Amino acid sequence: MENKTETGALRGASLRSEVRLKKKRRLADVNNRTFLLMTTPAVLVYAVFFLYPTLTNFRYAFYQWDGFLDAEFIGLNNFVRAVTNDDVLIKVLGNNIEFSLLVVIFQTSLALLFAVYLVKNTRASLALRTLYFFPTILSSVSVALIWQFLYSPNFGPINTFLRSVGLDFLALPWIGSETITLRALAFTQVWFHTGQMVVIYIAGLQQIPKELYEAAEVDGASRWQQFKSVTWPMALPTTAVVMAYTTIQSFRAFDLIFTMTSGGPNDSTSILATRIYLSAFNDLQFGYAATQSIFLVIFIVVLTGLQRRVFRAKDQ
Amino acid sequence: MTYKITRFLALTFFALLIIIPSLVVVFGSMKSDLELLTNPLALPTEWTLNNYRKLLDSSEIALSFKNSVIVTTFSVVLTLFLASLASFGISRVMNVTGRFLFVLFTAGLAIPAATSIIGIYQLFVTLKLTNTIHGLVIINVASTLPISIFILTAFFRQLPQEIFESASMDGAKPLRLYRSIALPLSIPSMGAVSIFLFVITWNDLLYPLLLITRSDLKTLPLAMLGFRGEYAIEFSMLFTAVMVASLPMVIMYLLMQRAFISGLTAGAVKG
Repeated sequence: MENKTETGALRGASLRSEVRLKKKRRLADVNNRTFLLMTTPAVLVYAVFFLYPTLTNFRYAFYQWDGFLDAEFIGLNNFVRAVTNDDVLIKVLGNNIEFSLLVVIFQTSLALLFAVYLVKNTRASLALRTLYFFPTILSSVSVALIWQFLYSPNFGPINTFLRSVGLDFLALPWIGSETITLRALAFTQVWFHTGQMVVIYIAGLQQIPKELYEAAEVDGASRWQQFKSVTWPMALPTTAVVMAYTTIQSFRAFDLIFTMTSGGPNDSTSILATRIYLSAFNDLQFGYAATQSIFLVIFIVVLTGLQRRVFRAKDQ
Repeated sequence: MTYKITRFLALTFFALLIIIPSLVVVFGSMKSDLELLTNPLALPTEWTLNNYRKLLDSSEIALSFKNSVIVTTFSVVLTLFLASLASFGISRVMNVTGRFLFVLFTAGLAIPAATSIIGIYQLFVTLKLTNTIHGLVIINVASTLPISIFILTAFFRQLPQEIFESASMDGAKPLRLYRSIALPLSIPSMGAVSIFLFVITWNDLLYPLLLITRSDLKTLPLAMLGFRGEYAIEFSMLFTAVMVASLPMVIMYLLMQRAFISGLTAGAVKG
């Protein structure tokens, strides 16, 4: 008797849950359509005004076009020119590599250093983090104008200071030199974004278990040994993130470089982004500019792929 | 001991590296050019706002300021609306289409802005959107959707599914789920996204440079680029412009440091 009611109740329950499940599925199907509909405004704006022009951009790589008259199809001529007959492009690629390398190396190591120094949430370290982060909120144009003044060869504060302490030989033409200016720009970029990377690093460092440091201390490890055997390996994933961000940012330094030097003198500070813009809007070679933007994409894909591989290898 | 000394020296050096240039700009905006050149670090001999008055009278900076406010406000609000709606949709569609849409949007993250400028310029000329404020708003929205959707989708996906399931069993329609559950829960993430959208849109030079040539439609960064040519290298005036352009961001940063830092860090990929 008792058994029967129990199985009956069980059957009822499973029936109810089956109904519930069916209702859930039907609802999910109906709702799925509405959810997809919710994405359409964004998809339309993005597809029409971003994806489509990005694709036509690639199409122009096969055309000769001055930006006004009809574009003329010239096949792979632009690519042939880029690879075999464009010394400036080779120079620009070299600049881009040097600029990005300098920025990545210095920004990552400085950010790690400051993050180690400021990892504890004391009042002083919070204040310094806020100060270091401050340049991030400024516009690249503002930063460029400030550093253009500081770097001025004749009256700039940096050189005035260096001369006043007798270091005349260091008072270099920071702006307007074919050899130094790219490095001066890299320094400004590091000044601009290091604070942001410090914050990312600190978030990573604070997740390292305290026990590891305690164990290292028991073993009598020095500060440097602790850094080498605990902090560095444990922070490796964060380092990967910081390096990836910094690399992408260094490729996007268009605003800064365009305002400060426009790629000059003599293309010595041009990176791919500025060269693409100048090819199109100064030299009126829109087709050729589009070709160079393909090089930029390839360059970035290769670089990020390489970085990912390096860090995956290190992780294993 | 040596650790403490090097730590102190390194931290102080970088702090001064940020404080000194900032003071040079603040003081410089109140100096004559001659005073700025001869004594860049000293306090201004006379605390005046003459440079500000001169800049307001002799340039269209007030107009540029207004343009920047309009462009930034509309761009941020529209992006937030479209992105949150789409992100919620994407996070609820549990099939291939949902995943495809997510990949489609995040693909835009990997493409640097400079890559598509020729296509964008050509499209905007054809559609007669160059030299218009709404054209600038459209390209800002289109180009910031990927990063916004990337962040917001990640947020919606980590919400417990049960809330939405039980609410829809009780008869709540998708739009109602969005309005009454998803939106209120996502206020912190939306805040972070809106802050970095605000900062990158306010500070952007590339798109105004690409699309705007009329001086009465320029935004602040583009106008500042023009001043540099106009005022030759009269840095006291340029610094006054830097102050005007940066002040809104600086004030908001001082008021909401934490929100700014976490918001801008979330959007760091956008540079």
